[in-house]
Amino acid sequence: MTAAARRYAWAAVFGACALPLAKLAWDAARGGLGANPIEAILNRFGFWTLVFLLLSLLPTPVRILTGWGGAIRYRRTIGLFAFAYACLHFATYVGVDQFFDWKAIAEDVLKRKFIAVGFAAFLLLIPLALTSSDAAVRRLGFVRWKRRHRLVYVAAVLGIVHFVWRVKADLRDPLLFAGALGILLAIRLVPALRLRARAGTPAPASGSPPPR
Amino acid sequence: MALGPGATLGLAALARGATLEAAEQALPPLLPDVKKGPFGTDEAQTPYRDVTTYNNYYEFGTDKADAAANAGSFRTRPWTVKLEGEIKNPQTVAIDELLKWFPLEERIYRMRCVEAWSMVIPWVGFPLAELVRRVEPLAKAKYVAFTGTLDMVQMPGQRRDVLDWPYVEGLRLDEALNPLALLAVGLYGRVLPNQNGAPLRLVVPWKYGFKGIKGITKIRFVEKEPSTSWSRMTPSEYGFYANVNPEVDHPRWSQARERRIGEFLKRKTLPFNGYADQVAHLYAGMDPRKLY
Repeated sequence: MTAAARRYAWAAVFGACALPLAKLAWDAARGGLGANPIEAILNRFGFWTLVFLLLSLLPTPVRILTGWGGAIRYRRTIGLFAFAYACLHFATYVGVDQFFDWKAIAEDVLKRKFIAVGFAAFLLLIPLALTSSDAAVRRLGFVRWKRRHRLVYVAAVLGIVHFVWRVKADLRDPLLFAGALGILLAIRLVPALRLRARAGTPAPASGSPPPR
Repeated sequence: MALGPGATLGLAALARGATLEAAEQALPPLLPDVKKGPFGTDEAQTPYRDVTTYNNYYEFGTDKADAAANAGSFRTRPWTVKLEGEIKNPQTVAIDELLKWFPLEERIYRMRCVEAWSMVIPWVGFPLAELVRRVEPLAKAKYVAFTGTLDMVQMPGQRRDVLDWPYVEGLRLDEALNPLALLAVGLYGRVLPNQNGAPLRLVVPWKYGFKGIKGITKIRFVEKEPSTSWSRMTPSEYGFYANVNPEVDHPRWSQARERRIGEFLKRKTLPFNGYADQVAHLYAGMDPRKLY
């Protein structure tokens, strides 16, 4: 890809990631958020956090299955958007829904397990966002950096558990997310299994190094 | 978090624009001869549009916009209501006949959802107690069980086993005889929109909204406490009584406060949703923590 093509591709990814925010602003401007706009905004931010978290986990399986690793280039952008939507979700909860009622918020986090796991997932994303720059990769060294960023698997699981525990009765959507995450994580085991099949020996516990 | 954990984020419902347009339909006809009823409130009434586009009516889908989007073509005529069980006069009555039995009155009630949001709704209906007296319960009748509609064709939400269909709700007989309990056939002076439970629904304003069963097809008088839909589904979270109680949290969210639709700041939830004077005596001597 030429440098110009690369810039256009990146701009397209950035634009696509920002679309849900634009749609929300559009709906809000025309009064299209329904009778309970606070709930609608909160739900949409949460929904898109999970979508982008899963999308950030997609490039690696794509490379494993097809050999095409071109999407890995955009993983950071997608992941940072996931974090941005998580921040908006959290900020809406704290600053709009609860309106800085710290007592109610503390009670929620301590007493309600679905909020506790959601909060934990959010906290886990913070160090990942902070170490997302090239400089951070250099500082930590690729191996340590990569190990640390495996925390995103935990964050994704907790985020989906947050969704599962939140719904009253209809588990279809949260389970769709759970299924998608399961597939994205399972495919990551493929190289290790292949290696084991080829060598006839157990795969190393840390998994195979990423083919470059 | 106290704000409507009931809404699953229906993937399709993200295109929310479409569902709101569906609500811009022509208004239903006005109901004639509606007199003012008691127990009113002068609190601001929730706009008609909000009352008719934000509904938990899982028979039409689990998103709160689904009912307005999917119930438009629901047929409410012909419609019969079975009155049966431990009563002197079991019968099946056509809804239009039933409507002639009692004069209609307007009751402006607060409505508190278990998801910690609330509305103020001007219902039109008649006291449940009048119907109960008319059918003359026998001595064995201790509870009233209501059954909703089972119609997988017209109710797309019933194609999935989110709840055990049809919806069933119940009251103790003395609760059913309380003057607050209303069978509603309209709101804002007009025929009840389908998404709000047409042609006949229960309104018990001191209880969480899920007790207000919609599309009633059967009212059965029984000796034993009926098993009701939500408490069957998750007994630890939804009880039979489901009285509004700020002291007893739902396991997954606080019930201490609520968001009145249209307001920014949450307000404090009142015991029995502010109707303690009318109903608290019904539960004297009972453990209030059992009354969720």
